[in-house]
Amino acid sequence: MKPKYTIAVTGLNNTDNPGPGVPVIRALREAKSFDVRIIGLAYENLEPGIYMDNVSDKVYQIPYPSSGKDIVLERIKYINSKENINVLIPNFDAELFTFMKAEKELADMGIATFLPTVKQFEERHKSVLSEYGEKYGLDIPKSKAITSLSDINRLSEDFEYPVLVKGKFYDAYIAYNPMQVTGYFNKISAQWGVPIIIQEFVKGTEVNVVALGDGKGNTIGAVPMRKQYITDKGKAWGGITLNDEKLIKITHDLIAKTEWRGGMELEIIKTSDNKYYVIEINPRIPAWVYLAVGAGQNLPEALINLALNKKVEPFKTYDFGKMFIRYSYDMIGDISQFEQISIKGEI
Amino acid sequence: MKINKNIAISESGFVFDAGTGDTFSLNETGREILTQLKEGKTEAEIKKNITDKYDVPPGIYEHNFHDFENILRKYNLLE
Repeated sequence: MKPKYTIAVTGLNNTDNPGPGVPVIRALREAKSFDVRIIGLAYENLEPGIYMDNVSDKVYQIPYPSSGKDIVLERIKYINSKENINVLIPNFDAELFTFMKAEKELADMGIATFLPTVKQFEERHKSVLSEYGEKYGLDIPKSKAITSLSDINRLSEDFEYPVLVKGKFYDAYIAYNPMQVTGYFNKISAQWGVPIIIQEFVKGTEVNVVALGDGKGNTIGAVPMRKQYITDKGKAWGGITLNDEKLIKITHDLIAKTEWRGGMELEIIKTSDNKYYVIEINPRIPAWVYLAVGAGQNLPEALINLALNKKVEPFKTYDFGKMFIRYSYDMIGDISQFEQISIKGEI
Repeated sequence: MKINKNIAISESGFVFDAGTGDTFSLNETGREILTQLKEGKTEAEIKKNITDKYDVPPGIYEHNFHDFENILRKYNLLE
């Protein structure tokens, strides 16, 4: 008989800029080695995953990490007293630090996590990615973190236009001149703060890899994908799995050298002369992870088993030529549902 | 001339490059030529097969074959 775990998952914002929560939950519901009760953790009361059928068994609203670790933990403690959570999967970059710092307190509550270490998390930040590339032998486009508008005029000393202007957590825009950099600087910093990262624009095809490291240098699974249809936010609306041995090797080497623990997404530009430039390393499972499940690697299931100290055999293969296509769909809800999550904070 | 090992060709002439995710559509003649290349046939063998099957003078075939080869090379479908 399979064990049944209670798993709390954030990232229920299945919008045109989707969080990974809903695809992670789909993967967990298809797990072969366990059954699940899913506790959705939502920040906003209109996150679609709150209202979708067969996603969460129960949803609780939680405070933003910016409220402070203690306030978040207080809420988790309350939820745990009701639900007895076995594993928690945070899915947002912006909340990871809080949950990594709270790993011990969560463990004391009986809640397991499987997250990167603070060192692993900090050293792959966009603002220090160049140093990361040197340390681990990756090709990285030249990048520089800037903190004020006055830095923009000096960019031409280090970069040729166009350049990429990126937020520390989210958002990236191509700027063709200092005026456009200024506009994007203001737009991104208003939402995500500084630093803003300026990155050399490398022309090529963007390819991504979703991977899972066991924290001991082993790659449990890795599936590469090329975005086929990209939204105006740069998010994949369709993608296809690739058979690219070099991408797999880059991933395995990086996980071996860093002893990466947890989910990871590598964003890479492959140039026409077959060079691979790593442009971002996201320290979590990406929103397109269900493609990996469809291709034969249920990485969220493996992550749960690692979190619970179960033996997990690395995946050896996956199907290439598997595609995902996102779609939008209007659900009909009732004001009473909205009332319940808004007033009671749970539904 | 060798076809990239990541190339898959379907009966309908749909070509998928699993290394890049690129897809292409071929007409019937293109599909036959690419399939024979993938099977390891030589250019001479393919020329004989196509000119035997279709009413095409060898010179016209050669011209079109080299155009086709350039397209395959342009899209990185050849090794």
